[in-house]
Amino acid sequence: MSDKILYGYSAIFDKPDDIIKAAKTVAEHGYKKYDVNTPYPIHGMNNAMKLKPSKLGYISLIVGLSGALAAILTMWWMSAVDYPIVYGGKPFFSFPAYIPVVFEVTVLSASIATVLAMLFIFFKFPNNSHPLQGTEYLKKVSSDKYGIIILADDEKYNENEVKNLFQSLNASELEPIYWDNDEINHKHKIFEPKFILFLVVVAILNSGAVYFVYNKLLFMVPFNWMMEQERQNVQQKSLIFSDGFGMRTPVEGTIARGHLPYQFYGKPDLAGEKLINPIPVSKSSLKLGQEKYDTYCSPCHDYHGTGQSRLNGQFPNPPSLHSEKLRSWSDGRIFAVITEGQNVMPSYSTQLTEDERWAVINYIRVLQRAMNAKESDIK
Amino acid sequence: MSAVDYSHEISVVEGKPALRELDDLIIKPLETKPNKNFLIALSITLGMLGFFVIGLGLTFYYGIGMWGNNNPVGWAFDIVNFVFWVGIGHAGTLISAILFLFRQKWRTGIARFAEGMTIFAVMTAALFPLIHIGRFWLPLYLMPYPNQHSLWVNFTSPLLWDVFAVSTYFTVSLIFWYVGLIPDFAILREKTENKIKKTIYSIFSLGWRFSNRHWQHYEMVYLILAGFATPLVLSVHTIVSFDFAVSILPGWHTTIFPPYFVAGAVFSGFAMVQNVLIIVRKIFHYEHIITLDTLEKMNKIMLLTGSLVGYAYGMEFFIAWYSGNPIEQFTFINRAFGPYAWAYWIMLTCNVVSPQLFWFKKIRRSIPIMFIVAVFVNVGMWFERFVIVVTSLANDFLPSSWAYYKPTYVDFMILIGSFGFFFTFILLFTKALPVVSMAEVKAVVDGAQPSHHDH
Repeated sequence: MSDKILYGYSAIFDKPDDIIKAAKTVAEHGYKKYDVNTPYPIHGMNNAMKLKPSKLGYISLIVGLSGALAAILTMWWMSAVDYPIVYGGKPFFSFPAYIPVVFEVTVLSASIATVLAMLFIFFKFPNNSHPLQGTEYLKKVSSDKYGIIILADDEKYNENEVKNLFQSLNASELEPIYWDNDEINHKHKIFEPKFILFLVVVAILNSGAVYFVYNKLLFMVPFNWMMEQERQNVQQKSLIFSDGFGMRTPVEGTIARGHLPYQFYGKPDLAGEKLINPIPVSKSSLKLGQEKYDTYCSPCHDYHGTGQSRLNGQFPNPPSLHSEKLRSWSDGRIFAVITEGQNVMPSYSTQLTEDERWAVINYIRVLQRAMNAKESDIK
Repeated sequence: MSAVDYSHEISVVEGKPALRELDDLIIKPLETKPNKNFLIALSITLGMLGFFVIGLGLTFYYGIGMWGNNNPVGWAFDIVNFVFWVGIGHAGTLISAILFLFRQKWRTGIARFAEGMTIFAVMTAALFPLIHIGRFWLPLYLMPYPNQHSLWVNFTSPLLWDVFAVSTYFTVSLIFWYVGLIPDFAILREKTENKIKKTIYSIFSLGWRFSNRHWQHYEMVYLILAGFATPLVLSVHTIVSFDFAVSILPGWHTTIFPPYFVAGAVFSGFAMVQNVLIIVRKIFHYEHIITLDTLEKMNKIMLLTGSLVGYAYGMEFFIAWYSGNPIEQFTFINRAFGPYAWAYWIMLTCNVVSPQLFWFKKIRRSIPIMFIVAVFVNVGMWFERFVIVVTSLANDFLPSSWAYYKPTYVDFMILIGSFGFFFTFILLFTKALPVVSMAEVKAVVDGAQPSHHDH
């Protein structure tokens, strides 16, 4: 027994009042390296042991504030610097909308950091090879007893003095605690090559699996079902329709936007009654009318509408546009002629849009007025 | 009733049991082999879980067209279930954090279990957005990570806030839970004779040795975590309500949503915790740890939050009328008397009327009645989310696009399955971990703390 190294001397008490008294007395005797082990935190024990308040709060504060700042900076960089996109008319850096995320990141970082700091920095956990592990003493204090231990490396440690002190405090059990051999020789297993190799293998497998899933698996059947969908290209043979055509003719009666069909075929007089020129006379409409008239009408009708054009003799001459009959025609009646054609004149509905036809009519009115000017027009 | 003695605090654990007995009682389910009742219960929940697997399989194979969702009701059972389960998850943190800050000792008996329920409920809830995005294997796109599109997520969207809120809530709840479990793992490590169990408990207890120099920091961390978790639990359902409130849909676009959702979440969470605890205390003989007084206090909280929810329902109608906005007014009249009136009145009966029974002390302390009321509350809270989500969408601004939403059998399979998922975890939890915090309960037994004659 004596070749073992002593860790400390322990005493067990049965009542919470006793352990408080014991802790106070031990502290008053000037021992520094001692500890109290209780199955749950005992009120007033921190005062009895004269412990300073825990400093873990500072870690929460610092990490929490850093987390908040990091969240703000990250969001600013992502949405105002790296790839600015306007969402809902908000500024690129719209701070009020970032508050929820900042709050969550603050809480998350501070909570994780505080717990990790407590476990791994303050407590130096995991530590399953502490001398107390596996002792009867720890078994008792884990359940319903209250223990105190004075460590052997305390400056004032003297086995007999400690024993007497505990006995005077009415300790129910006394027990010296020794280091086990494997506890002395214990080294942190995390630095063993085996463990490091294990970590490396895990890291490689993990990153390999992620790479495979995101770069290979998602492009395979059936995960590619959204990227690779069957579709019909124009002028391709259709597998669905019985006539085999990929392109479909519109349903009967379908009208393209702005292309209301002409309703007065064969009824030019009715057209003259019903149709009203929708294009008001303006500089731009007259200009358009002149342009279209010169292009499509002037070869036969002449630039001035006289019918004596440059094609004179090659085609039957059209009648003059300045006759009494034509001047009394309504715009709609002329529109019918342009749309349908008349005698030798073909339909111009494919060359001229409806608006262009009306513009041409406006221009014809100008020509008619110019050829039959009144006195009042000169003024 | 006899006169109450106010001269000393009533103990939250009845009968002054010996500390060792408490340990043995709480550890018993872990040491014994599962009995017949447990196996029957587990096979039922696994059967329900089977529905979940089949429902999800159909959804993933054929697409979400298997659901009843239509145009305009693009959000239906999946979001209803999400909000419902996140709400269930609110009781745990409320009990462990807010009641801790208020120094409510009665929380110790139920905190561990409620926290466990929080974690399982949030896990269940988190499945639904994943399912709803259609391509559930691409959840990574929810996170801001450098991707091949060089695009970042939209930080001004409530749906993105949801991702952060729910994942933070889950992580912090898990940490909170684990920190609470460390001393209990150490107790188990000291108790067990089985070598494999001892290894497992040693790993998870990290070498905890009940040192007061550790307890001191431990209590500080518990306080800090409680301080963080309190605003966190309020923020989570607030942000869930933003999913609706930030939109412009009548019936969703209201500022009352955040407090109303939080009250509703606590309400439904407490109902679920109460339901499950009534069964647990009976089966494991924890009647003196989870006392009738504790259940009565939970009922009082349900009465309070239920009344808050009822007030919110009334206030929504008042504001609709007071705003003078005809579309808003139509939405609410349509809720109560329109095509979904049946759902609205189920919700109102279960959520507003049934908890009012808790004004009577006899009912508050009668276990069968409180159990039934809590079941009603759970049904009602599920319908509340259904009413909010579906009625507003089904009859929106454009009457030509109105459509009546009808769930399909796949929707119901997933709904039933989500309960199977949740309760399977609960059952395994009762057999794998101590469902009551041993260290905390022992600390509040009569005579466990020093007598304070020197203060």
